[in-house]
Amino acid sequence: MTNHWVDIKNANLILIMGGNAAEAHPCGFKWVTEAKAHNGAKLIVVDPRFTRSAAVADVYAPIRAGSDIAFLGGVINYLLSTDSINHDYVNAYTDLTFLVDEGFAFKDGLFSGYDPEKRSYNKDTWKYQLGPDGYVLTDPSRQHPFCVYQLLKKHYERYTPDMVATVCGTPKEDFLTICKMIAETAAPNKTLSTLYALGWTQHSKGSQIIRTTCMIQLLLGNIGMAGGGVNALRGHSNIQGLTDLGLLSNLLPGYLNLPGESKPRQEPDEATDSPEQPMQPNQPEAVRQSAAAYIARSSLKPLRPNQMSYWQNFGRFFVSTMKAWYGDAATEDNGWCFEWLPKLDKMYDILQVFENMNNGEMNGYICQGFNPLASAPCKIKVSNALSKLKYLVVIDPLATETSEFWQDHGEYNDVDPTKIQTEVFRLPSTCFAEENGSIVNSSRWLQWHWKAADPPGEAISDQRILAGIFLKLREMYAKDGGAFPDPVLNLTWPYLTPHEPTPEELAREFSGKALFDVTDPSDPGKVLVKAGQQLNGFAELRDDGSTSCGCWLFAGCWPETGNLMARRDNSDPYGIGQTLNWAFSWPANRRVLYNRASCDVEGKPFDPSRSLVYWDADKSRWLGSDVPDFNAASPPADGMGPFIMNPEGVARLFAVDKMAEGPFPEHYEPVESPLAVNPFNGGNEAARFNPAARIFASDQDSFGDAAEFPHVCTTYRLTEHFHFWTKHARLNAITQPEQFVEIGEELAREKGIKAGDSVRVISKRGFIVAMAVVTKRIRPLEIAGKKVHTVGVPLHWGFLGVAKNGYLANTLTPFVGDANTYTPEFKAFLVKIEKA
Amino acid sequence: MALQSLDISARSATTTPAPKARKTPELAKLIDISKCIGCKACQVACMEWNDLRDTVNRNVGVYDNPADLSAQSWTVMRFAEVEPAPGKLEWLIRKDGCMHCSDPGCLKSCPAPGAIIRYSNGIVDFHQEHCTGCGYCIIGCPFNIPRISEQDGKAYKCTLCSDRIAVGTEPACAKVCPTGAIVFGTKEDMRLHAAGRVQDLQARGYSQAGVYDPPGLGGTHVMYVLHHADRPGLYSGLPKDPVLSPLVSLWKGVAKTVMNVGLATAVLAAFFHYVSQGPNKEHNEEEVA
Amino acid sequence: MQLTRRQLMKISAAGLAGSSMVALGMGPAKEALAGVRQFKLQRATEVRNTCTYCSVGCGLLIYSQGDGSLNAKASIMHIEGDPDHPVNRGTLCPKGAGLLDFIHSENRLHYPEYRKPGSKEWQRISWDEAFTRIATLMKEDRDAHFIGKNQHGETVNRWVSTGMLAASASSNETGYLTHKIARSLGMLAFDNQARV
Repeated sequence: MTNHWVDIKNANLILIMGGNAAEAHPCGFKWVTEAKAHNGAKLIVVDPRFTRSAAVADVYAPIRAGSDIAFLGGVINYLLSTDSINHDYVNAYTDLTFLVDEGFAFKDGLFSGYDPEKRSYNKDTWKYQLGPDGYVLTDPSRQHPFCVYQLLKKHYERYTPDMVATVCGTPKEDFLTICKMIAETAAPNKTLSTLYALGWTQHSKGSQIIRTTCMIQLLLGNIGMAGGGVNALRGHSNIQGLTDLGLLSNLLPGYLNLPGESKPRQEPDEATDSPEQPMQPNQPEAVRQSAAAYIARSSLKPLRPNQMSYWQNFGRFFVSTMKAWYGDAATEDNGWCFEWLPKLDKMYDILQVFENMNNGEMNGYICQGFNPLASAPCKIKVSNALSKLKYLVVIDPLATETSEFWQDHGEYNDVDPTKIQTEVFRLPSTCFAEENGSIVNSSRWLQWHWKAADPPGEAISDQRILAGIFLKLREMYAKDGGAFPDPVLNLTWPYLTPHEPTPEELAREFSGKALFDVTDPSDPGKVLVKAGQQLNGFAELRDDGSTSCGCWLFAGCWPETGNLMARRDNSDPYGIGQTLNWAFSWPANRRVLYNRASCDVEGKPFDPSRSLVYWDADKSRWLGSDVPDFNAASPPADGMGPFIMNPEGVARLFAVDKMAEGPFPEHYEPVESPLAVNPFNGGNEAARFNPAARIFASDQDSFGDAAEFPHVCTTYRLTEHFHFWTKHARLNAITQPEQFVEIGEELAREKGIKAGDSVRVISKRGFIVAMAVVTKRIRPLEIAGKKVHTVGVPLHWGFLGVAKNGYLANTLTPFVGDANTYTPEFKAFLVKIEKA
Repeated sequence: MALQSLDISARSATTTPAPKARKTPELAKLIDISKCIGCKACQVACMEWNDLRDTVNRNVGVYDNPADLSAQSWTVMRFAEVEPAPGKLEWLIRKDGCMHCSDPGCLKSCPAPGAIIRYSNGIVDFHQEHCTGCGYCIIGCPFNIPRISEQDGKAYKCTLCSDRIAVGTEPACAKVCPTGAIVFGTKEDMRLHAAGRVQDLQARGYSQAGVYDPPGLGGTHVMYVLHHADRPGLYSGLPKDPVLSPLVSLWKGVAKTVMNVGLATAVLAAFFHYVSQGPNKEHNEEEVA
Repeated sequence: MQLTRRQLMKISAAGLAGSSMVALGMGPAKEALAGVRQFKLQRATEVRNTCTYCSVGCGLLIYSQGDGSLNAKASIMHIEGDPDHPVNRGTLCPKGAGLLDFIHSENRLHYPEYRKPGSKEWQRISWDEAFTRIATLMKEDRDAHFIGKNQHGETVNRWVSTGMLAASASSNETGYLTHKIARSLGMLAFDNQARV
């Protein structure tokens, strides 16, 4: 979330789309009901289903699953064509006036540079025009045909209300009602808060759906404002923290890109540090493969005068992480052990990994609190892949389906154990109630929790399990040697009881400490932090090896004064929900990101009634109800932009080369779509679905077409359950005991299905059998002159648990991923349905 | 615990007058259906707090689970897909459970002394140690709430968490409710709160929004805010203008003779087998009629 | 007062039963005592925690039997929302309200288990056996398939034949330690539940 849960109460309008906050995040949704009850706010819900969020909405509109960019692009068109934009905001804080490379083009659904063979783009024209000083050229009049404003207008003028109705199935009048409501928040003192979740991410173009929303919010001036923002409602209790800590194929802690190997850069997948910060192409190998070069290319220089470009500090973050990991072994001379880090040749996301596994290229897999047999797409492929492993280690508090993928569970898991040669270990870990530690919620708050009881039986903490395996490995490497033992032998292990690192020790390690005295750069005689003491924040990190910090983004969560994550002062002195002394919010305890943008260029709040920060000329400081997301001493006259992480200092409506499928979001059909042509591009087959989506050649035959599978299927959660966990909890099993699917009354009539009948839902990849819930809440949609039905599949059942056993919903889903994040397309694919 | 320390204002099948000298505030739970998302947190919290576990049953083609109240489910959500105006779909979700009537039909019907108590704060509570399982409370209830347990043959229903309220805290369902659709406080405060909610709903176009606090029962200590107060039947058959069943008034004459429950059990069992098995199945027809 | 036919039948039956009971000679009852159920948390130990399910991060109060004495084995008996928490303010959703049954689920794992290739069943093993066997398998695979240099002779130090999926509800402290260990081994086939 750019903002935070309680801040939703400050909104004037709330849009829930690509999510179902009332069901998936009920206690966060409370702040929607508070905004309605106490701030006169209106709630809009756009969803293929009339959900429990819709049940309390002021306006509900249906939409075909997978057509969100068409809808949101239509909103952009409405805002631009009615000039409902916050001009002060967009002129100063976005790239609307920037000039784009004149080679940039868009035609028939494709941007300039597409290579159909590789299904990816050469992005050379996706950039701004730079002047001789290295700064971006602009046209403040916004008339230049290649200025972002003109390109944006041109791109979205095709997204007319009629096109929206045709592609989304949303009635035109409903769409226009919603546009009008959204447009009203262009007023400086009105905000829209957008809430989304996996309903937007789990598409083959999910990242671009979210970008479209960011663009709307920028045009309205709602980013950085209290009650505004683009608010990702993360799915799991600490998926935010795990992502912040970089537990992904291509990251180091704090969103530092992991270095890639240095083949000449032909394809985006092949030689990139990370998608966020692509390398500059064609550098000599020797230069690129060094810590200095890696730091240099990650330390982005400002693209406009007087901009902060905070990634210039990349070196401080990287060096401090390497000091935390390798201690004295990491020296300036060896590039802080740069060589010890694995170098990417491609992304190894979950789809790629199961593809490799299925191809017999993997031998071992460790699943820590993760149930991929249920969570990864196309169960049959996952099951086959796991069967090819030599060993599988499952660490979990509960008996998961993955841990028993080899076991015959009848119709729900029909396998022959004698034919599966995988060695499987199942290790019992503690659950939240049996440990101390911190987790990060969607508000970016690191909250500490305390142990309440011992775990059952011989279960032990994850830290002990990890230490147990690692120390055994290290002992073997010390004794027998083996492949490249250096990083294994030299990994810092300063824990007082080595086989049981404590949460407190680990938290202090990622928060960071001074290895040598840290001095004030402007006054070298002044010691800020003494050697051995905990640091106060990332501003104190150094790139000379004098500081150690496991995750710069969390720096300062445990300073010398103690554990700030455990703070419990809920006072809210400004009455707008800014409880700065509750827990610790990254970065630097800021609660609303980009909050400098809540003020005009002079530093005066756009809306004084919910001010986050302001420029205090007397004190020459930015002050307010939040920690300024800015250089607190930089006066407005300096012209520093509020988007300090971008080298431009402003937000990008034109995404330059950051996205895989283009600088402007474009509607593409889901990979499995009821439409044979994409109405937006006149039938260009190359651009029917996302031209850069993640698809493996081996899966080509696993996709169905509308002739055989006419219905759009979407998978989702129910409020009574959490993923595949609560089917193990009796209380939740009671409230939603048995697997079901939801269909509309008309489809039910067509198929002779009654509520409570058993039905079979079939995709090209398999089938499930479940009870039918027949409802008015799912209605057929008119799409391009054709009637399209939606089939809803809740995902909570499996072959283990106290709820009634059922089929894993991912039996149905396609092995397809988003082009940027590789998130699977769980929200829109094709099925047919019949009475079982 | 002695009777007066609990501020009892009425007791089933008892002639001894209740103490009246002390005045305790009347409490109430307000269920604002316009804020309810049907998440069932109240159902779960109720079972968790009261140490109840209903059976893991079947899905019968609707979201309602468990499908009905039981001795293990003292509250359930009832989901209704309605179109109050043509083409305008609404999903009205009503938390069903004991209404804690000021004039409780269950208590008046109950032949077992002390099995049903009304406290002066408005809670109507069942005391199973005195319950004979006759089921007459079910017939007496205008909302069809109490249920006989299969385990012990006694009647159960929502206690309004009398154990929590007795120590100065709120009912489990009211505390847990994520959207504030359930609020709890003095009846006076709840009326005020409800008035504000009605105003908000009217401003949003629900001209018939109102409060459900049926005067025919002397008011209830569980009230609803309804968007369509003129049509309570839309909310899974919430009765319009409920009054006590004529059965209750007739039975009251019998109850006044005050029976010894232990001796009467055999007779009652035979008698109430009929009235408890019958109405459980047929009650709905009556509501519709 | 309108009576339906069915009600009339019931009333006749009730009248009959009532008169029978009076005939049995029932006298006034003794004053039976009534009381509410005892409040069960009076001296339970209260610990603050955070819900493990979604990302709202609701504050919890976990109550366990026992006051922490050496001889008292704490057992969690009840969970409710933390009223001080700025986001949930004491509320919970149905999942959070049911956490007690997650903690005490009959499907919690109690000891390390091992399944042999081709076997139809689990066998119980000790932690030391588990750690030793897992470390041996990992080392065998790493030593055999570690890629020190790519085909261009460039140092890449990666190990991609064993992968790991990291948890989504484990603490930051677990996550940090996991990352530290995985990268030191050269792992790249490393992902978390952010995508699914």
